[in-house]
Amino acid sequence: MNAKIILCALMPFAANAQGFAGLGGDADGFSVPTPAPSFDFPADHGPHDDYRIEWWYLTANLQAEDGTDYGLQWTLFRSALAPESGAGWTAPQLWMGHAAVTTPTDHYVSERIGRGGIGQAGVTADPFSAWIDDWQFSGDWQTMEMTASGTDFAYDMDLIAQGPLIFHGEDGYSVKSAGGQASYYYSQPYFDIAGTLTLPDGDVAVTGSAWLDREWSSQPLAADQTGWDWFSLSFDDGAKMMGFLLRQSDGTAYSSATWIAADGTTMAYPDGAFQAEPLETSETSGATVPTTWRVQLPDRGVDATVTAVNTDAWMQTSVPYWEGPVRIEGSHTGRGYLEMTGYE
Amino acid sequence: MIRTALSALLSHWWRNPLQLFTLLAGLALATALWSGVQAVNMEARASYDSAAATLGEAGYDQLVSSDDQPIPLATFVALRRAGWLVSPVIEGQINGVRVIGIEPLTAPRGLGPVDLAGGADIGAFLSGQGQVFGSAETLAALDVDGVVSPDVAPNVAYTDIGVAQRMLNREGEVDLLVIADDQPLKQTALRDVAPDLIRRAAAAGSDVGKLTDSFHLNLTAFGLLSFAVGIFIVNGAIGLAFEQRRPVVRTLRALGVPLGTLIGLIAVELMLMALVAGIIGVALGYVIAGLLLPDVAATLNGLYGASVAGTLQLRPSWWISGLAIALGGTGVAAAGALWQLSRMPLLAAAQPRAMAMAAGRRAKVQGGLAAILLIGALVLAATAQGLVAGFAMLAAMLIGAALGLPIILSAVLAFCSNRARGVVAQWFWADTRQQLPGLSLALMALLLAMAANVGVSTMVSSFRLTFVGFLDQRLSSELYVTAADADQARQITTGIAPEVDAILPIQSITTPVAGVPTDVFGTRIHDTYRDNWILLDSLDRPWDQVATGTAILINEQLFRRAGLKVGDTVTLGDVLLTIVGIYGDYGNPIGQAVIDEHLFAQMYPDVGPLRFGVRIAEAEVPRLRAILRDDVGVPDAQMINQAGIKAFSLGVFDRTFVVTTALNVLTLAVAGFAILMSLLTLATMRVPQLAPAWAVGVTRSQLGRLEVIRAVLLALLTAVIALPLGLALAWALLAVVNVAAFGWQLPMYLFPWDYARLFGFAVLAAAIASLWPAIRLARTPPADLLKVFSHER
Repeated sequence: MNAKIILCALMPFAANAQGFAGLGGDADGFSVPTPAPSFDFPADHGPHDDYRIEWWYLTANLQAEDGTDYGLQWTLFRSALAPESGAGWTAPQLWMGHAAVTTPTDHYVSERIGRGGIGQAGVTADPFSAWIDDWQFSGDWQTMEMTASGTDFAYDMDLIAQGPLIFHGEDGYSVKSAGGQASYYYSQPYFDIAGTLTLPDGDVAVTGSAWLDREWSSQPLAADQTGWDWFSLSFDDGAKMMGFLLRQSDGTAYSSATWIAADGTTMAYPDGAFQAEPLETSETSGATVPTTWRVQLPDRGVDATVTAVNTDAWMQTSVPYWEGPVRIEGSHTGRGYLEMTGYE
Repeated sequence: MIRTALSALLSHWWRNPLQLFTLLAGLALATALWSGVQAVNMEARASYDSAAATLGEAGYDQLVSSDDQPIPLATFVALRRAGWLVSPVIEGQINGVRVIGIEPLTAPRGLGPVDLAGGADIGAFLSGQGQVFGSAETLAALDVDGVVSPDVAPNVAYTDIGVAQRMLNREGEVDLLVIADDQPLKQTALRDVAPDLIRRAAAAGSDVGKLTDSFHLNLTAFGLLSFAVGIFIVNGAIGLAFEQRRPVVRTLRALGVPLGTLIGLIAVELMLMALVAGIIGVALGYVIAGLLLPDVAATLNGLYGASVAGTLQLRPSWWISGLAIALGGTGVAAAGALWQLSRMPLLAAAQPRAMAMAAGRRAKVQGGLAAILLIGALVLAATAQGLVAGFAMLAAMLIGAALGLPIILSAVLAFCSNRARGVVAQWFWADTRQQLPGLSLALMALLLAMAANVGVSTMVSSFRLTFVGFLDQRLSSELYVTAADADQARQITTGIAPEVDAILPIQSITTPVAGVPTDVFGTRIHDTYRDNWILLDSLDRPWDQVATGTAILINEQLFRRAGLKVGDTVTLGDVLLTIVGIYGDYGNPIGQAVIDEHLFAQMYPDVGPLRFGVRIAEAEVPRLRAILRDDVGVPDAQMINQAGIKAFSLGVFDRTFVVTTALNVLTLAVAGFAILMSLLTLATMRVPQLAPAWAVGVTRSQLGRLEVIRAVLLALLTAVIALPLGLALAWALLAVVNVAAFGWQLPMYLFPWDYARLFGFAVLAAAIASLWPAIRLARTPPADLLKVFSHER
């Protein structure tokens, strides 16, 4: 199967050469996020079929007993051809899973694609379970289990939530452009995670912390936005920060950030407060991307350098992008994850 | 002036309609053979390509239901959720169209309509309305508005599995699951998820393309050979036409027509004729192709499972190539003649004797060329590797021999002439020798046709003989039983164990060995194999070593492709195995290897044996079948007697060569035609030489008889030379081309009876061809013979 087909199919927003830029398409019949949302859990942990695009996106910074850093990703994307649920082959809900393990020297990636109506992939809210093929992420949002496997790696993880859900933007309404494009966006950044990575050299027992993002929308990007640089940073002092830049075709960027204090209270920052500046780029197996960044949130005294653990964390998937663990040094220290899309 | 000159030139054809016919027929036949073979080739290739492009599932391992029942959709989902990367396929017939439903998101690369990859609207493909891909005719037969895709194989339509299920009225059902090549690290065992499914290895010949290529290459070689034969005919016809028109040309020039104008007129005239003959030839080629195609289709289908449309499409490409060949062939043939014409002294007469003398001078050049080509062929024979070098060697050998033929014949005739006693005998030999230049092109054609016939029939027969012997080795069990599932397999083995001499399970999996796709068989080592399998090379007690689980036997294809030898080691999975023997394996394109059944079970626990060879006294077979049918519940269709398999295998095999044989016969017929035409053309020119013989008392009927004897004699001499040439051709095909194309070398057998029959045919063709000219000669009015003495010539 030609990757291009999958790309066209699963990423209606990625049909043009710019890849992620098409996320700014029309909503045509799909629901659009509106300000001041009120979430209903556990139902909202489940899928929202009347929105075009949605994801369950978990990244984790792990360490083995010998101190080696690892990164882990488990992602399930939902993409709708039409704003309907349906059952059987005609259901317009398509699913794509990405799993990855990053070591300081290697990056293992796997991708799965399937159709929703027949049970091959999907998400149920209560009891919560998200799956595609044999990959699974399930539990009650306090204790959870997660598995995935590719041709050359696999993992089996247990997670325990140690804090509350975090809502980005205005109570979960996250604005993505000056034009008002937005998504619903909340996170669970407080998972303790432990389990086993199966790698070509054998099994590795690891522990660490994981960050789960939930986001859904129908046109999250503006038409002139070409990609994003997204940071989820966990500082050693207990505070956390989510920040992203949405790059625009004129060279400027739209930024947004959420500060999560050690006690779990949050503060959303509007465009311009959060700044990120590439310091160094690396050649990866795909594109050349910035792998060392200076990130700043002056309001919180953040001025830190974010460096990729493995610069070649390129996701050679239908829609390729960069996703990998990072280390933080400078005004704050810690670990985190970096995602960069739209680099060709 | 041009008009007058043209009408004078054309009047030649009115006066010699036979020559006009020779020229047109020769050209048309040459074009027909060439374009016919090309048409078959292109049609088969086009069909095959689209089949290969659209029908990728055969290249993948598959899960199929053991009892031929549909697989529930739920099983597909369960397998996916157990880590099996499989993709569902459903197939059915609607109005004679094979409707195939695929699931594009899970389908491995290369499965499904080619057009879909070109940025087709996947949303439309997946949606409930669903697009159908097929050729315009196919879509019309289905009565759907689909996406017209000429690249999809004929009578095949592709659509989304959901749409196909609805069209076929089989909601929730799947026929087979294609297994992707790359599977995840962790996977639940098949028997725990779907115990009713069995894994079927990818169709034998994942490199089917390579095989069909070799088949097409053979056809192309034949096309070229027949074209070469045709060009000889055309060359002969044009050369003779020029020779005969010399008086006309001379007269026209004497009357003041400039040489340039004359040459231009002749060239235009010839090209127009070539065009007419070319069109006739392409049309004839279409008929030939139409007759051959069903057999080609059957061959490709039977041997390689490639589906080929049984009907021809008129493709502009072979109209163009056919006409180009006709025009080019005429151009090549005419160029020499026109050059000669331009250098011809104004008042030179047409003199066959002078022609023979000129031929003698040319012979030196021709002889030198022949020697160079034959030496080149020898060098290539010693060093040639690969298909292209093999065919280059064949070409050098055949052309060299053809060019050398007149020289050898001339030498033989000179020898006979010197030894001849008596006036008539001496005159006969001398006259035969003088005619040689005029006949040599036709004789070269005969030589090539005969050599091809000897060579190809030797190859075919050697092939068949070896293959029959191979089948005897391989199908050594008396009965073959296929179990529906693992349970039944157990029942079979326990149920009949007390009744039979031995049960030999047959199980295999396709996996790379030394980088070559290979069917690895887990075999129960038994005397059946020790007694029947002939190993081309082996270490001591190879079967006993295999039985210990530390050794492996490989087939000749794997041995050659991977460059392995006895004593080498290969790794299978993570097991290191020593190669203890190499066996001949004819009729299977890919690598094959044999390991012990226990090792196999350990390495591939999911692949249980479902087929069994049963050793039992031949007379007991019906009783055993009854036990299996009544007690174990194995349907008759699942049991095959050894004799049945052999007949089937041979049937498939024999069809391969139907096409070859047909082409052989055609080439020989064309060569016979060439002789006829040469003799007819020569007949009129020879009257001046025959007249003196008649005048001194040789009767016309005697002259006619001598004419037939001469033709037969020349054909016989040619046949004698054709035999070693044909055998050399066979050797090249068996030892060089076969190894390159199929991966096996075949022992060469000789078939004297076939050659004798071929001799008979060649002599018969020559006799028949000379009969008419001889009769005409015998009936030449004495007045015509007398005229010779009064005529200016």
